[in-house]
Amino acid sequence: MLIKRATDILSSEITPESGYVGRRQFLKRAGIGGAALVLAACSREGVIQESDGEVSTQEDEPNSYEEITSYNNYYEFGTDKEDPKANSRAFKPQPWTVRVDGLCKKPGEYSYDDLVKPHKIEDRTYRLRCVEAWSMVIPWQGIPLAAMLKRFEPQPSAKYVAFTTVMRPSEMPGQRRGILQWPYVEGLRMDEAMHPLTIMATGLYGKTLPNQNGAPLRLIVPWKYGFKGIKSIVKISFTENIPPTTWNISAPDEYGFYANVNPSVDHPRWTQASERRIGEFRRRRTSMFNGYADQVASMYTGMDLRRYY
Amino acid sequence: MPPAKKKLDLVRLKPLVFLICLLPAAQIGWSLYRVVTGATGLTDLGANPINKVEILTGLWTLRFLAITLVITPVRELSGLGQLAKYRRMFGLFTFFYACVHVSMWVGVDWFFDWSAMGDEIVKHKYILVGMATFLTLIPLALTSTNAAVRRLGGKRWARLHRLVYLAAIGGTVHYLWAVKKDTFFPLVYLATFTVLLGYRAFHVLRNRRSRARAARRTGADDPRRATAH
Repeated sequence: MLIKRATDILSSEITPESGYVGRRQFLKRAGIGGAALVLAACSREGVIQESDGEVSTQEDEPNSYEEITSYNNYYEFGTDKEDPKANSRAFKPQPWTVRVDGLCKKPGEYSYDDLVKPHKIEDRTYRLRCVEAWSMVIPWQGIPLAAMLKRFEPQPSAKYVAFTTVMRPSEMPGQRRGILQWPYVEGLRMDEAMHPLTIMATGLYGKTLPNQNGAPLRLIVPWKYGFKGIKSIVKISFTENIPPTTWNISAPDEYGFYANVNPSVDHPRWTQASERRIGEFRRRRTSMFNGYADQVASMYTGMDLRRYY
Repeated sequence: MPPAKKKLDLVRLKPLVFLICLLPAAQIGWSLYRVVTGATGLTDLGANPINKVEILTGLWTLRFLAITLVITPVRELSGLGQLAKYRRMFGLFTFFYACVHVSMWVGVDWFFDWSAMGDEIVKHKYILVGMATFLTLIPLALTSTNAAVRRLGGKRWARLHRLVYLAAIGGTVHYLWAVKKDTFFPLVYLATFTVLLGYRAFHVLRNRRSRARAARRTGADDPRRATAH
């Protein structure tokens, strides 16, 4: 399964070229002068296509490698967006070992090669929506998480998968400050972990995953807010009970376990109805499940998404 | 007789200081210009220049507010009376950076989407506090001229301009509530403003006490009368 573009965007849904002002072009035009800026913005349909609900009809052009690797939330390397790039040079992503434990038939210590080599690396270009109301489009390379997890033969009693980030205060200056509870932990419900959209990323733009993006192994769950995508994973546990997650521990009223992208449930700090795509001038509307509703909404049928945010 | 020391003329430096105060705005403006004219690669404003400019202009507002409030204590402690000539200029630079900050939010971040901004103000307390703080700065800027001081009368003018203490508290709370988790720098500003406001509170209390003592010495029957002003 080679997915070059996000699968939910049908070619018919992509805004025709004449209907939009290209994003960089738009930025340029905005610079020509106040009048041009107001004119361009007034033709609202020229920038934001009215969508009748779930699916984003807007153009999804991948962000540049520079944008993706210089604007990161990775608090282990510092809390400013520029910090992870600046502070992660000393981090050693190889050799790497992941401990697998809990409710599975093949627990143990797996080296990076053990984990990655048996699989075909796939291209997956996904939207990434941060809870801080900005977003990017990122061409990842990785392995469907389901394929990797199946090799450990999870038991039927395993209802959740928990992940842990490496704890290395000597290489990760952010871990020397108690901003969050270290090491970072995250988790998914089993069906979410096994969903074909969920991947264990190993690279982006055809290159090995940079340290600031979570080298050497990080989770990508494109219909959830970015903080679910735990980085530099050293432990995978199969559990029966819902595992603790770092941001939920830190501020339970702000960050839930599910953290599905949902424009109708606001965060106390950020309105989630719209987002700024990095590189764009105007805000975009945020789509339910980050535009992946067709593939994932059925997993949450009957759930009160206001309560389980 | 000791030789008369040549006095440092601080007032003559004012045009230079004015230009220095404009440097942050010039740097931000130049970077923004490069962003909109399609600079190759990222500028020093990074991948999210709109957000970055909001952060930078907010920080410069708080910095100029702190500089404005530091004038009086430094003047009193050092005896450099000429510093008083700078207070209005720094106060107006505070207002200038606050205006740029709010304009970025209104005109660029939300692109004049008034209903969305209304929702933001109602829903998010840090934005509500920020907006209220900005409003407190407006009467201060409007009454910053000599004519306004004359019109209001010194005492009323001074009373009105105590709003700047409220702005210091509001601005700091706005910053503290806006950050997601790392409150180190907001707390640095909180400490700074606590010292600057604490200095004034200390003086008010001390003056009150010494006036009360003076009133007792002169045999005033009601010390409260002596402190009333």
